[in-house]
Order: sequence, then structure tokens, then C-alpha cells
Amino acid sequence: MTDARIITGNQAAALAARLCDVQVIAAYPITPQSQLAEMLSLYVESGQLRAEYVRVEGEHSAMTVCIGASTVGARVFTATSSNGLLYMHEQLHWAAGSRLPIVMCCVNRGVGAPWSIFNDQQDSLAQRDTGWIQMYCRDNQEILDTIIQAYRIAETVYAPVMVCYDGFVLSHTMMPVVSPTPAAVRKFLPPYKPHTILDSNNPMTINSVLLPNRRPDAEGVLCDGYMEMRYKLQNALNRSPETIREVNRQYAEAFGRDHGGMLWTHRTEDAEVILTSMGSLAAEATVAADALREEGIKAGVVGIRVFRPFPEKKEVVAAYRNAKAIILFEKSVSYGYEGGLCSDLKAAFYGSGINAAIHDHVAGLGGRDVKARELVEAVKSSLARIAEGERELNTTWLNCHTE
Amino acid sequence: MKEIIWFGRGGQGAVVAAQILAESAYLEGFKGVTSAPTFGPERRGAPVTASTRISEDPIRMFSQVEMADIAIVLDDTLLGVVDVKGRVRKGGTIIVNTSCKPEDAAINGDFDVATVDATGIALKLRLLKEGAPVINTPLLGAFAKATGIVSLENIEKALRSKLPAAVASQNFETVRAAYEGTMTKKAQG
Amino acid sequence: MKKKDENISAMCKPTVGEAGRTGDWRDLRPVIDHSKCTPFVKKKAACYLCWLYCPEAVVKAGIPVEIDLEYCKGCGICAEECPSRAISMVREDKCND
Repeated sequence: MTDARIITGNQAAALAARLCDVQVIAAYPITPQSQLAEMLSLYVESGQLRAEYVRVEGEHSAMTVCIGASTVGARVFTATSSNGLLYMHEQLHWAAGSRLPIVMCCVNRGVGAPWSIFNDQQDSLAQRDTGWIQMYCRDNQEILDTIIQAYRIAETVYAPVMVCYDGFVLSHTMMPVVSPTPAAVRKFLPPYKPHTILDSNNPMTINSVLLPNRRPDAEGVLCDGYMEMRYKLQNALNRSPETIREVNRQYAEAFGRDHGGMLWTHRTEDAEVILTSMGSLAAEATVAADALREEGIKAGVVGIRVFRPFPEKKEVVAAYRNAKAIILFEKSVSYGYEGGLCSDLKAAFYGSGINAAIHDHVAGLGGRDVKARELVEAVKSSLARIAEGERELNTTWLNCHTE
Repeated sequence: MKEIIWFGRGGQGAVVAAQILAESAYLEGFKGVTSAPTFGPERRGAPVTASTRISEDPIRMFSQVEMADIAIVLDDTLLGVVDVKGRVRKGGTIIVNTSCKPEDAAINGDFDVATVDATGIALKLRLLKEGAPVINTPLLGAFAKATGIVSLENIEKALRSKLPAAVASQNFETVRAAYEGTMTKKAQG
Repeated sequence: MKKKDENISAMCKPTVGEAGRTGDWRDLRPVIDHSKCTPFVKKKAACYLCWLYCPEAVVKAGIPVEIDLEYCKGCGICAEECPSRAISMVREDKCND
């Protein structure tokens, strides 16, 4: 009972990075991530973590340092939020294109303008196409467990992983978190083996220009062109769900906690209406689903844990197969269209026979609190409109004055 | 699930008290506990709140507490500034740091009221920080007395896990004194 | 069949000819008059500005200085930089001799 500590999401993340024996940290503080950066510098300063903490002048440099250190074989960690992540954007592509297993926390926060320090997920959603694996956490226990899993996944797939959790809602909220022993984590997470390493006896040029077409090198190897190299990244991410599920399975076996691989479900077996979200809002949705069931509405939740790679069609279709209505709650929007998760889900359903009415809600932007009772009301209102024959609903901005 | 809101002023330790309460409740055997500050920048002296949720089962609800079962007011001057009663469910409990008796605390309505002179206790037992009396820890004793949700024993354990031994002992003395000094009044009707 | 590129990120070995045989890109050829070239005249390692400035690293800093015409693109930078004007650029055009 007393093996859990009551800690914030940021403390859980720092603890996880320490358990993973990270060797290089380069992080620039930004609300609401700051406490995580402070904890890590404290660990390094006090000798609790044998790592190099590189102080940088901004997030672009933070990721650059991570790329350099990861290239030469160090296990690296960083974390950021919001505009810090946006500032890092160019280097995110470099990290993924270089196939470096960097793990980074994105403590989700709304982006400017206008300024907000509060939570939504626009920051990480805007990084969708950088080639990073993106995982979303429901609570602080999942933050700790996901970071440990993320290194296994990253170092198997050779792709960077962004572990996303909601700013303030999780980062600043304390709750019980069970911490595995360092020995158990070391057993689960073997040392990082880089796919290349800088070696003066075997000099290599890394990330040289690749031309539009393939070309033979001096030793007769037909070298990839830009497109082949990019295809390798796509192929690695497309095949990674297998690794992600397997790592989750092994983690559950070793530590007794199963967070669901690519996605998780809550009371979906007989569910006619399925609520879907990512992160802490998906946890809140399970409370809403339970409340809806009390009222006789067969509700369940599918939580998307991994947004990139998107869960495979087969798994998505299986999770939603009995739903008559699917109600989404997203903390981000693709301006000029709809929530990005909604578009992806619809695409996964194409040709699958699933023909449920789908209603997308944009919710909780810039920290506007989203309560379980509001989710219940939103679902009931959507169901009423669907019952009246309105299957194609425009995206609703939940609890937002739009007149 | 019990939802608790702490009403204080920036610097009075509402956030830390919410945390220690969560720890005590976890030690008490509640599997679900959360403690959260009001999100955002805080300033010393400005009215602030923090919240604690306590439940038999792990908590899946991380939205802000709207209506509390129990409110703890760190400073009775806040009663004139903040709408405390508007945030407590009918039949709920309001615990106030004041030298008044519950009958004189000017809290009308369908609430159990508990009062304790936490400031007086901190001054008497010389629990001071930067010259100011520490009132957040004694209020944990008042909470234990007024609600019975956590025991003094587990509050002491939680304090000892957070503070050096001597400081924890001094803090716990005020918790015990507050427990003994808390006066309660049941809701009318 | 040519060997496959097993790398998962762009990587190449810095080696002679990595960019292919570039000598046939040339329409002017550097020709060294060793009687004017400092290392040859002084019989010691000296000057080597041609070696330093050559963007293709095809100049060998020896005595005498040699230029690898397999890969020299004929840019003329060596001739431009040579302080003793020992290098002249000669047209590759066969009918121009």
C-alpha cells in the first residue's frame, strides 16, 4: 500500500527519466514543464542521476544537443511545452530523419497567439507529421510507465517518441504513483545500442545531402535517394504498432500495469455510443460513460493512446464495431477543417462497414475546464440530434460562446 | 468520493496542506487521492484555492472541483471576500480558522461548521515561518476532528515523510492541539 | 546486383570518388610548371596553398605537388591562389593544342 508516492505528473516524469538512466539531458524550462526540468537538474546536481545536464538558450538548441548526444550513443531526454515545442519543430524533423531514439515529454499547453499558459493539445498535434511517435497519458502513473516503455520502443524502432501529458491537469496534480525499482527497470530496458556511432577510425559523413535519385557510392553500394530514406522512416513507423503492443505486454508482465498498447477501451463490449479522446480528458470520459450507463445509455470509451503511428485499421474497426454513435472530444483543431483525431478515425472507418454517426467536439482549449458532467450533457445532446436524423453534425465547440 | 476545497491566501500553504491531506488519506487506505492547486500564476496574499479528492477507488476525474463536500478556510477574513458557501454542497462541512465559536462564525445555512483557532495555536506553540504563524498544518487536525476521514496517526506519518524529524514533531504538536481545540456545530434541520 | 544501402539514416564514407568520377566535368586542366612551384624549387614542404584551397581535395601536398586529374573538376582555384603563378589552366579541347 505504501509503495506509491503522491506526486505530480512532472515529478513522475522526472522519476521515470532517472529510472531509465538517461545520460544527457538538455531542457529549457517553460510553464507547465518547468518543475520537470528543475527536478532533473536537482537529480544531476545531487548525484542521484549520473547524467550531463546541458544548459541551452532555447528549445531549438535543446533538441540539437539531444540529436548530437543521441548520435554518439547517449540515452537522452528532454521536455518542453507549447511555443517551446513549436520553436523546436525544425529539429524534430532532424531527430526523426536521423532515426534517433530520443524521448521527449510534451507537457501539453495551448499555443500563442493569444498567450495561454494553460492546457490543450494543439502543441503536440501540430507536430503530427514530424515522424515522431506520439503517446498520450491518462494519469501520472501512466506518465511514469509510458516513459520507460518509450525508451524500449524508441530504441527498438529507431524513432523518437513524444510522451504527451496534459499541462496542469496532470503536470501539477498529485496522485499516487507506484515506482518500479531501478534494478527492475534496468532489466526491462537494456542499454541503448546506436545504429551508428561517431568513430575516428571509421569516419562517416552523417546526414549529407541526398539527391532526388539513388546513386552508387565509391564502394559500389547503391545508396538511397531522399525518397528511399524517407520511405524507411514511414515503414518503421507503420510497423511500430507491433513493437508498441509487445513492449506494453512485456511491461504489464513485468510490472503488473497494462495501459493498452495502441488504444484502450472502457466498457465497450456492448456499447452503442462510444466516447473518444486522448490524455486526461479520455480518463474523464470514462467517468462520463459510467454516469451515462446509470441513466440507461450503453456508453463506453475508446482512448487513443498512440496517435502516431495511428492505430491500425483492424484494431480501430474492432474497437468501434458495435457503436451506433461515436462522440469525440479533442483538445485541438485543424483550423479550417475539424479535429485531427476525428479525420483520422473517419479515414480508418472507410470501407470497413462502420457507418456510425460521428460527432466531433473541440473542448478545453486554453485550459477551459472540461468536467465529466459536461461530457454527459454533450453526449446526450448529440444523441438527441442523431435520433432526429441529423447524422452529419458540424464540429461543436464545447462550452464556448459562439454566437 | 469526497471533494475538498481549501480557501487560503497565496503563501498560507493551502497547496501544501492539500497535498499532506492527500498523503494522509492514502495512508488511511483510500486508493484514490488527488491534490491540485488552482491552475495558473498565484500571488502572495491573493485569495487562492487548492483541492483534494479522496475516494475508495483510483480517481479518473481530473477536472477542477466545482462543489465541495468539505471546505477549509485558512483565514476567516476570506469569508467576506470569497463565496465559500456557494462552493459547498448542502449538508457539507465548512472548517474555519477563527477564534470564534461555530455559532458566532457567521456561516448560516445547511452546513456543519467547525472552528479552530489555528493562528492562536501556531503562535502559542511557536510554529512560525518567516515570522508568520503556520496555520495550514494545524488545520489538518481540525479536518481530522470535524470529518473523521483521516486519523491523527496518518497525518503524523504524512508529515514525517515530508519534513525533517524535529520540524515534523513541532508541526504535529499543532495538529494535535488543533484536533483537541476544534469546536463543531451540526447543520440545522 | 549492386549492394543495398543498409543505413537507416543518410550516411556516407568520406572517400576518394564518393561523389563519382568528376574529372570528366572539366574543360580546363591545371598544369604545374614545377620550375616555379615553391616546394619543388626549395625541395621542402612549403606553401601548399593549392592543396589548402582546392575544394575537391584532389591536390597532393608532396614534392612535387600532384593533382589527381581523375577527380579534378578544373575550377582553377589553385591557379588563382598560387603565389608564384606556377599553375596555368589549359583548355581540354583536343583541337586547341
